[in-house]
Order: sequence, then structure tokens, then C-alpha cells
Amino acid sequence: MAGAEGSVVRTLFVVGAIAVAAALLVQSSYEFSKGRIAANERARLVASLNSVLDPTLGDTDLNPVLINAHDELLGSPEPVDVFIMMAAERPVAAIFATLAPDGYNAEIQLLVGVSPDEQITGVRAVRHRETPGLGDAIDIDKSDWIRQFDGKSLANPMPPLWAVAKDEGAFDSLTGATVTPRAVVKAVKNTLVYFAAHRDELFAAAAGAAADGNDQ
Amino acid sequence: MSEIKALLARGLWRENPALVQLLGLCPLLAVSTTVVNGLTLGLATTIVLLATNTLVSLMRKALVPAVRIPLFVLIIASLVTSIDLLMNALLFDLHEILGLFVPLIITNCAVLAQVETIASREPVWRAALAGLAAGLGPCAVLAALGALREIVGSGTLFAGMSMLFGEAASAWPITLPFDGMLIAILPPGAFFGLAALLALRNWSIDRRAQRAAAQ
Repeated sequence: MAGAEGSVVRTLFVVGAIAVAAALLVQSSYEFSKGRIAANERARLVASLNSVLDPTLGDTDLNPVLINAHDELLGSPEPVDVFIMMAAERPVAAIFATLAPDGYNAEIQLLVGVSPDEQITGVRAVRHRETPGLGDAIDIDKSDWIRQFDGKSLANPMPPLWAVAKDEGAFDSLTGATVTPRAVVKAVKNTLVYFAAHRDELFAAAAGAAADGNDQ
Repeated sequence: MSEIKALLARGLWRENPALVQLLGLCPLLAVSTTVVNGLTLGLATTIVLLATNTLVSLMRKALVPAVRIPLFVLIIASLVTSIDLLMNALLFDLHEILGLFVPLIITNCAVLAQVETIASREPVWRAALAGLAAGLGPCAVLAALGALREIVGSGTLFAGMSMLFGEAASAWPITLPFDGMLIAILPPGAFFGLAALLALRNWSIDRRAQRAAAQ
């Protein structure tokens, strides 16, 4: 009997000791990593935000204010991140983390930069699973296709022409991919529609949030 | 000396987990689109194998047989989680590409097989060496398959190596004078590539056996 009890105690001790050691290991790597991971993610966010801004904003000191927008036009049933870029309390651009829900393999995560006068300043596909060699040409690393949105607005071209050439629209198609460019063009157009309807509301919310931030 | 050689040969060639046992194929096939992707996942797996084999072998006398498998999994999982966190902190771009496949090393049956069959029975140095060899074997296969698919599929070699080796590697990428065949980087290309490597291995074994028979 004593032997069996001894082995239960020993089992508990061994399991407990290994569990504690494992927890300490994971905890210490987490402590070591979390600051760096956050810095990496921030650096990537800033770099990707800059990529869709009007280049003439150049070195202006911009303060991104994060707002959540909730609208089906932005492609998600969940609230979507919108960054209002403030230069000295004045909004100079809005960047939408729009989703194109109807990508070929999965939803396409876009960043759409819009100037206050409702022109596109840049679009990037930041996360997607489009087919390599076909639909992935929407990626800036693969082709310049996504640059054709620069400077476009709902007045140029007019809304009925916001479609790919294959559908008699004004935007280039991609050889071998139909679904992907359609999804992106539609998502960018919807973002402009949303921005036209909610611009003042978004800018007011951002100004309010920026003022709150300054008070603290 | 010959024992060390035999241990290394077992992991690298005779019982190479990727080429002979065909274990851990899911990450092998999914990640091997370029050299740098394959090599990084291979190195991460090697580090895990070396560390778990050493740790488990050190503790083999203290481990309670009835609960050994949960303990192995706990040890492997905490090591892999730490490596995943460190890669996310130090090799951010690569971590973005490899994504889910680093945590998936936990479920790589090649790791559990090593721990169960070798580390829990053998002295530390043998277990460590066997783990190292069992990691470097698949690592070499991942890098070779990555090279094959990258050359045929993208027409480049060593693209993006600076993500792993820093600025020093920025001059390494070679661009070949053709665009590449898409099929090689799509999933079927992984199977064709692995089949080619398996055929190559079998061919070399056959040839050696024929030579031995002729003598």
C-alpha cells in the first residue's frame, strides 16, 4: 500500500514540476517577446498606412486616430478599422481597412486611402489568399495592377463604370482571374460610397478622439 | 566514432523522417515553396527535436511511464510555443509567411516518435544526436524541395534569404532567365517535387545495391 501511495505522490510531483517549468518557460519567452512583437506590428501598420497615403503628405507629422465603422459597404458584419490621419488637429486622409468578402479563395483584406475630397490616394491588398500567378497580381509585390485606383473617385470614372473591362467598366482586368479583380473594384467603390455618406461624421469622431487623447 | 556516424546516417538518410518514414508531410508540402521558407521551418523543427530529445532523455529516469505521453506533449508544446513567440519577435517577416506551421510542429508525429522511441530510452548524448539528425534530415529535404519548386515555379533561387540571414544575404537571390511554371508552387507541385526526390533516393540505393552485387 505504501508503495502505491508513494507512486501517486511521485506522479503528482513529476507532473507538477514539469508543468511549472513549462509555464515558466512560456511566460519568460512571452515577456521577452511581447514588446518586440508589438513594435513589429506597429511598424508594419505605419508602413502599410503610409503606402496608401498621398505621397505629397510626405514628411508631415501625422497622427493616426483609430475609429470603428460598422457598415456592410465595408465588407464585414463586424466593425472595420478606419484610421483618420490628423495633421495638427486637421484630418488630411482616411484609411479604411475594407474587406472584399468575395475573393476567390477567402476574403481579401484591403487598405484603401481616401483624401478629404473623396479621391483614392492608394489601395493595397494587405492580406489575401488569391491563387499564385493569377489572382495574386493584386499584390503590389507581383504587379502594378492595384495602382490604377490612384486618383480615382466616384466622379472619375462615373459609378456605372466602376467595374473591370471585362464587365464593360473602366478598370483593367487580370488575365486568368475574373473573380479577384471584380471583388477588389467593388470593395474600393463601396468604400468611396461609404466615405461620401459618412465623411463629416468620421472626421468629427476623429477630432473628438484626438482631443480626448490630448487631454490625458 | 562509427556509432556517431551511424546515428547521423539514420536521421539524415536511412530513416529520414521526411523521405523514408514520410512523417510530417503536411508542413513539408505546404511550406516548401521557396528555399528560405523550407529552411526556416526545417531549422525550427530541428531546434525543437534537439531540445525535446535532450530534455526528455535527461528526465527519462524521473518520468512516470503511465503519464509519459501527456508529459512529452506538454514539454514539446511549451518549447514550440516559446520558439513561435521568439520567431514572431525576432524574425517577424518570416513568421508572417510560415504562420500556422510553426505552432503545428507540436503535432508533427516525427517529434513524438523520436521522443517515445529514442529519448525516453537512450543516454543524453545519443538522444541529442539522434534528435539533431532527425531534424537536419527533413530540414535538408525541405530546403531541397524549396529550391526545386522555387527554381521551376518562380525562376528564382534564394529569394528573400535576407529575412533569415539579415542584410548580408541581400545579394544572394539569383534570378533565372525564365518566369517559372506556376504548377510548381501550387500544391500539386509539392507532390511532384517530393516524388522526384523519393525517386532520386530510390535510384541511388538501387544503383549502390547493383554495384555491390556485381563485385
